[in-house]
Parts: sequence; structure tokens; C-alpha cells
Amino acid sequence: MYRVAVIGDRDSIYGFAALGLDVFPVSELIEAGKTLRQLAEGNYAVIFITESLAQGLERELDHYRNLPLPAIIPIPGVSGNTGMGVKMVKKSVEQAVGSDIIFNEN
Amino acid sequence: MANTHVNPTRMELTRLKKKLITAMRGHKLLKDKRDELMRQFLDLVRENKTLREKVERGIEAANKNFVLARASMQDETLNAALLSPKQEVSLESGIRNVMSVEIPVFECKTRTSDPNDIYSYGFAFTSSDLDDAVYSLSEILPDMLRLAECEKSCQLMAAEIEKTRRRVNALEHVMIPEMQESIKYITMKLDENERSTQIRLMKVKDMMLQQAHHYREKAIEQ
Repeated sequence: MYRVAVIGDRDSIYGFAALGLDVFPVSELIEAGKTLRQLAEGNYAVIFITESLAQGLERELDHYRNLPLPAIIPIPGVSGNTGMGVKMVKKSVEQAVGSDIIFNEN
Repeated sequence: MANTHVNPTRMELTRLKKKLITAMRGHKLLKDKRDELMRQFLDLVRENKTLREKVERGIEAANKNFVLARASMQDETLNAALLSPKQEVSLESGIRNVMSVEIPVFECKTRTSDPNDIYSYGFAFTSSDLDDAVYSLSEILPDMLRLAECEKSCQLMAAEIEKTRRRVNALEHVMIPEMQESIKYITMKLDENERSTQIRLMKVKDMMLQQAHHYREKAIEQ
């Protein structure tokens, strides 16, 4: 039985607490990295992370990329959409196809 | 050009021919695997794209509602309202096999049987904006979990496609030409040996006849 976690700044994520997801409010990158590692080792199948934090943790995200679990998914926070999530999908396409053929129209 | 050293023997030739057949077969299979994986990957990635756009829009809308809610409520009340959730989400993770790539399948379970049972607070001290915000988030949650599944699958499949593509290319452009080259080299070497043996035998026969009948001396005498 797995659980779902949300990491991000408090304002962006506290709504998810009401839905029954586990929220982990962090504000600093180092702290976020530590939390992310802990959660990935633990019993979490899906970890949502705000894009602003994900941007600083690209190395960790790459590390968990090829493992079957957990799925680490960037989501936009209150500060807005940074395009990080789309970038991750683009990266998959580029890795598989060799060049980006899905997102290049915009 | 056989840059690796091969023994020009019949045994080696048979071995190489067998290896070549296996390599060709493997190449064909891997190529098929790559094509099929690519087809599925493209479908998945398109779904991923639409889901992501939907989820990002949804979260943005929910965040707007939350900002409104926070503006009209005190921080403590808000914390008290949200931080003791009634609902609990847990996931059952299964595995689906797509062309020998194992991709996760999530099944969402809520603690209480009614998935709409999300308001963990009384309505007396909270603003209606908060209800809206929590509701809009709960609307988007199934899509978010589907997005997680989809995005992880994409990542795993992308890695597998890359691996398969490298194998196909290695077979197609390195292994198979090299083996064909070696086979050609050995066949030519063996043929050459055959011819040289033949010539040697003819020469020996000539010499033996010469010794027995002295043709050349007789020719000169006449």
C-alpha cells in the first residue's frame, strides 16, 4: 500500500492536505532535497513537487527517473508555471525519438 | 578489412555463419520491438501532454481560490481547518507489461467510501472560497494521479527505447558488417588454400612424370 506526498512551499500545497495527501512544507532547496530522498526511500509511489523546487533539484529528479517507483511529478505552485513540468516531458521525447516532435509547435 | 583476428578454418566459418544468422534474427526482432515501443510511446506522450495541460490549468484555478480563501480567513483558522484531514488517499500499485517494459499502474483508494467526503472542517468559521478551492483540487486529483502514471511510463519507456535503438544500431552497423567481412575473409582464404594445394599437386605430378619418362631429354634429342 503506497501513499502520495506533496512537497513545496506551504502556500502552494496546503490544499492537498484536505484531500488526504501527505504534505511536506519546505522552503529551502537543501531541505527539499533531504525530504525528497527520505520520501523516495519510504513508502511513497507518487511525489508531487512544486516546479520552483524541482528546478533546483534536477539532479535528484534525474536519479529517480529510471527507477520504477516513485514517480516524481512537478506541479505548478502559487508563484506560477515555470514550464518545468513540460520540460521533463520534452526530455523524455528527446531521449526516445532523438528530437522533440511533440512540443515544437509552440 | 578484418581488423579482429580470425582463424581461417572451416570450424570458425561455420561458427561465424551461425552467429550471423542469430544476429540477423536478433536485429529484426529488436527493430520490431523498437518500432512498436515508439508507436506506444508517442500515444502515451500525447496523452501525457494533454493531461499535463489540464492539470496545470486546474491547479492554477484551485490556487486562485485558495488565495481568495486565505484573504478572507485567519491563518490559524485555515490551518485548523485543513491540517486534520478526514480523507486519506492510498495507492495500490500494479505493473503492466508493455513490450517488456514494466510500467506502473496506480489504483487510488480513499479511506472513507464517499470520495466527496473532503471537507475536514465545519462550515461555521470558514469562507465559501475555501470550499470551492478544496472542491476544485479534489476534482483534479484523479487526473493528477493519472498524470503521474502516464509521466512515469513515458520516462521508463523513453529509457527502454533509447537502449533498444542503440542495440539495433550496434547490430546493424557494427556487428553484422563485421561478421560478413570475416566470413568473406575466411572463404577467400580457404579458396586460396584449395587452389594452392591443387597447384602443388599438379606440379608434383609433373615432376614425377618427368622423373619416370624423361620427356624433356627426349624432346631435346629429337
